[in-house]
Amino acid sequence: MSTYALLFDQSLCIGCGACEQACQSEHDQRPHKPDKLDHESFTWVEDLGHDQYARHLCMSCENPTCVSVCPVAALEKNPLGPVTWDAKKCIGCRYCMMACPFEIPKYEWRNPNPRIRKCDMCVHRVSKGLPTACASICPTGATNFGTREAMLKEAHRRLKKYPERYTGEVYGEKEAGGTGVLMLLSKSAAESDLPDNVPQYDMPHLTWNVLEKLPQIIPVWGAFLGGMYWLGNRKNEVAAHELEEQEDRGHDDD
Amino acid sequence: MTMTERKFPKLHFWSSFFIVLMVFLAVVLFKRYTQGIGAISNLNDSMPWGLWIGFDLLCGVALGAGGFTVTAVVYIFHLEDYKPMARPAVLTAFLGYLMVIAALLVDLGRPWNIWHPLIFWNPHSVMFEVGWCVMLYTTVLFLEFLPLVLERFGYNRQVHFMHRYLTPGLVIAGVLLSTMHQSSLGTLYVIVPEKLHPLWYSPILPILFFVSAITLGLAMTNVESFLSFRAFGKRLEPKLLRGIGRATAVMLLVYLVIRIEDLIVHDSLKYAFKFDMASWFFLAEIVIGGIVPMLLLFQKRIRRSPLALTGTQFLVVLGIMFNRMNVAVTAFQLGTGSDYRPLWMEFVVSMGMIAIGVFLFSLAARYLPVFPEGPLTNARPKDPFVELK
Repeated sequence: MSTYALLFDQSLCIGCGACEQACQSEHDQRPHKPDKLDHESFTWVEDLGHDQYARHLCMSCENPTCVSVCPVAALEKNPLGPVTWDAKKCIGCRYCMMACPFEIPKYEWRNPNPRIRKCDMCVHRVSKGLPTACASICPTGATNFGTREAMLKEAHRRLKKYPERYTGEVYGEKEAGGTGVLMLLSKSAAESDLPDNVPQYDMPHLTWNVLEKLPQIIPVWGAFLGGMYWLGNRKNEVAAHELEEQEDRGHDDD
Repeated sequence: MTMTERKFPKLHFWSSFFIVLMVFLAVVLFKRYTQGIGAISNLNDSMPWGLWIGFDLLCGVALGAGGFTVTAVVYIFHLEDYKPMARPAVLTAFLGYLMVIAALLVDLGRPWNIWHPLIFWNPHSVMFEVGWCVMLYTTVLFLEFLPLVLERFGYNRQVHFMHRYLTPGLVIAGVLLSTMHQSSLGTLYVIVPEKLHPLWYSPILPILFFVSAITLGLAMTNVESFLSFRAFGKRLEPKLLRGIGRATAVMLLVYLVIRIEDLIVHDSLKYAFKFDMASWFFLAEIVIGGIVPMLLLFQKRIRRSPLALTGTQFLVVLGIMFNRMNVAVTAFQLGTGSDYRPLWMEFVVSMGMIAIGVFLFSLAARYLPVFPEGPLTNARPKDPFVELK
């Protein structure tokens, strides 16, 4: 089964901010016009000038870096697509914030009991079979919701049909190994204030390549160290034994 | 009498400094636990890790590397001449790790959950592995430290038992755990290739961190012997320091070869000679903190003078600490353009941790048999951990 995904079409976005409002009310947040992503803004429609807008939100990676780095598995990839955070597990190490290639997780810096805050792709709605709040309110169809397969297909259909509208690639198809938010951009990623240096592969394998070697290295290293100990120890025992013998012989001479 | 009169003002200065620092620390910590990390730091969403991770965690753990290095030298490789350095090194490492954990209780957003890696597992996470290793290794260090306390209260049979049956296993476990987490602190950054400046990013960061941790551990052992000599009038062993100096020189050479070779392989060495900020930080780290002290350590003349030797070793310590700070702060800022300059209260926390560590060390040096002169010397020669006469 394909996971669910969002398709954002930059050429259709009119910057009305309905998605921001819907998101805030869906997550019981103070209604406000965001000027960046932060602990109380899970999505942000950025005005790029000349009637162009960029939407920022959690990319819901297929193989999320944040999920892989979390030491206590507080972040999870829901089989339906959303990436969720569990307050009961989190220790607040902020490795997810460090590692996320899209710099999505945000932190409550002024809260003594801080939470990691980010878009959860309306997991409570999606698990009931409903689209996300942003997708269901979008008046122009700039944000669509469906299976990732269907969204990707639709993105490529539009690319083919209106090649002049877009940059020619689907942002999120390959970024970080594929994301659950796909973007048809009419401006480049850099111009849309999206990271344009995200590796085109899934990133958890970078550290897993190192970690998976430990079960091979450590026993060998341990055997070597144990062996060295035994060798030196044996030398000492022999030396002690010879010392004793010498002493014994000394007594014989008396 | 004249001795105490002369010493008194010095002691007075440091103890008043300590008390003032502790008062500041208490106020800062109160703010931290009532208003959040943002109230006492300049950490922000674009710079989630700063001075504390760079200094308290990366430098702190690396500074503790003397513990596993020296115990391995003495108990596994049986260079028993170095035995007088084992206890101070174990003590430093134990206190160092306690301070690292204390600093984490400030830096972690939800410190009351610090034990969660025990029950919520994610073996794919480097941080999970680091957490486990630090917990286990601190336990190992505690057990290695325990004989000092037992001996102090006259439990010599128990000390003898521990040395005979537990020490070898503990030392080997300590080396294995240290191998894993010293390297893994480098692995933490392997997952952010796009965020670290190429002069510091490398897929072999774990190897670089491990080799440099051993180097730093050796250098620190010298520095700490010298300080104990100056502060507590403990015996200085110039011959041992010379040996450590030679070993440090070799380790530093190995480290620098790996480091430079790695930059060449990834075609990143070109950034070293752009003479921008990254380039200057890199050159300072490698030349002043690496090549210069290495060349000095290879000089017999330098190794002959305990003062010059210790000065050089101190440069090694600073160089590798600078490397850790560069990875954690400089390279990350240059790679992401994050805006961060540590707030003074962040320094209060870091300095407070050092001060508490030094304070505990001086207490231990005063009341526990840390330095050679303890009653263990009359143990039976069959015990492999006691030098043969």
